[in-house]
Amino acid sequence: MTALVLVQPGLHTTVQDAGRFGAQAFGVPVSGALDPDQLRLANALVGNGAGEAALEILHVGPVLEVAAPSVRVALAAFDGALVLEAPEPRTVPAWRSVVLRQGERVRVVASRHCACSYLAVEGGFDLAPVLGSRSTYTRGRFGGHQGRALVAGDRLPLRRERASERGDLRLPDPPALGTGPLRVVLGPQDDRFEPDSIAAFFGADYAVGAAADRMGLRLDGPALALRGGHDIVSDGIAWGAIQVPGDGRPVLLLADRQTTGGYPKIGAVCTADLPRAGRLRPGDRIRFTAVSVEEAQALRRAHEAGLRRLIAGAMPAGDRAIDLEALYSSNLVSGAVSGFEWDDAVAVLE
Amino acid sequence: MNECGWPRLLPQGDAAIVVEFGDRIDREVSERVTALADAMRGAAIPGVVELVPTFRSLLVHYDPLVLGFPDVAGRARELLAAVRTVDRRLRLVRLPVCYDEDLAPDLAEVARLTGMSPCEVVRLHGSVDYHVYMLGFLPGYPYMGDLPEPLRLPRLTTPRVRVPPRSVAIANAMTAVYPLESPGGWRLIGTVPVDLFAIGRESPALLGPGDRVRFEPAERAAFEDLRAAWAAGDGTLDVEEVAA
Repeated sequence: MTALVLVQPGLHTTVQDAGRFGAQAFGVPVSGALDPDQLRLANALVGNGAGEAALEILHVGPVLEVAAPSVRVALAAFDGALVLEAPEPRTVPAWRSVVLRQGERVRVVASRHCACSYLAVEGGFDLAPVLGSRSTYTRGRFGGHQGRALVAGDRLPLRRERASERGDLRLPDPPALGTGPLRVVLGPQDDRFEPDSIAAFFGADYAVGAAADRMGLRLDGPALALRGGHDIVSDGIAWGAIQVPGDGRPVLLLADRQTTGGYPKIGAVCTADLPRAGRLRPGDRIRFTAVSVEEAQALRRAHEAGLRRLIAGAMPAGDRAIDLEALYSSNLVSGAVSGFEWDDAVAVLE
Repeated sequence: MNECGWPRLLPQGDAAIVVEFGDRIDREVSERVTALADAMRGAAIPGVVELVPTFRSLLVHYDPLVLGFPDVAGRARELLAAVRTVDRRLRLVRLPVCYDEDLAPDLAEVARLTGMSPCEVVRLHGSVDYHVYMLGFLPGYPYMGDLPEPLRLPRLTTPRVRVPPRSVAIANAMTAVYPLESPGGWRLIGTVPVDLFAIGRESPALLGPGDRVRFEPAERAAFEDLRAAWAAGDGTLDVEEVAA
């Protein structure tokens, strides 16, 4: 059976696709890629459907070995690269596909400026879907590969025996990481907040706290005051919802968010900005700005059009020698990663 | 459409709309939520991704590239105008519970705090049919109410790091069963032999919003036999259709 073998797992590498929909009414979170844009671009570069499962790589990349005659891969990463070790050392930049051969070892250098990077394989991984999705939900211990983050020695089965004959692709104009405030639609419990707190929320800088994981990000900044307490009768939670628990510090909820919750939600990040929200790392500073739901939907349509243009602009990668070793060498020693609490960092208990 | 401005339709971001029927836990409110969820499911509106019923509201997730906010709100209003909560058939699910001390770590404390004997706590907990308001927190975790008044206690001050799977728990006006091992702060007064959530089954969650649940005491030997059957994958559930 053909496979990608994890020689080193990286910090927190999981299989994620576009998400598990249809089971939220049972209390099953959607999960899926923190950054659906990067997932889609990586898949496009290897000719996959937009929502095919790929490796989501957080902060520190894995080392992989090819146990197949060949496999085509593509890395989506804002400043990352694939460093091929033996037998023929070379560095392949992100935003292009490349064919790896049997026995080749590749170190995935993840982005330093973005929490998540994605490695897609042509044809996808041969993993059984759970409730219609291959996304890993680590708290529920299901989906992806054995319901958990990958560890050294894992063999991820490939659906294809070998890479197809079609050529490699690259994105001549890779996407930008994105800057500017995250745009928020107010509600549904904005009427529970003091007007001063709403002004403070949109007027201040927030920093992403150390408690940051796939479920969400705790934000350091002005504490927000509520009228009538911090408990509401639980209701449903959308992707990007910003809930405010008893300490007044907002929590921005991401891919592994709970389906329901009992804290007031001041607003929700608009879907056009969710990929950027998924890229945030502890220490990053952000601001929020308010938009109407109609504006948010117009932003989403424009965002979608931009993404489609990017994908349509993919062109043959050519066969130029790739040696950007020097360019990326500063990347090869990953920055110190400490202080993250990957388990239950922002879980709200019952 | 109703007294006090309910129901209210509010955006949650640009890909979800919440239809609120009230701001409190109330069985009649819950039944309206379930009725609208059924009606929307039946309408199969293209672009509606999924529905999440909760105590007092229905969250409708939709694809903003297919439907605009006014479209979803309009369809929801049409369905609200037509929806009826009467003449539904309900499922009554009987859950066997073993209340032995090792399977009920907080039973003695609950008895002490409520001034009852453990037997009285057990009898009272099993004395009503509970309404499943919603599933949330964990896959398959049912929020069921309403707990008889004398049993209502706040959550533990310090949550447990590991609540064993299948624990029957109480907090405030609710009772629940933890489907999976999890951290948790509700008080544990018994254990069921039944797996409330299992992937690979036709319906991974055993209970759904609108179901009725009755807890029935089980002797240790019967509990162990049932557990063995569920663990082997051939557990069966005692379900009866009843009038609302």
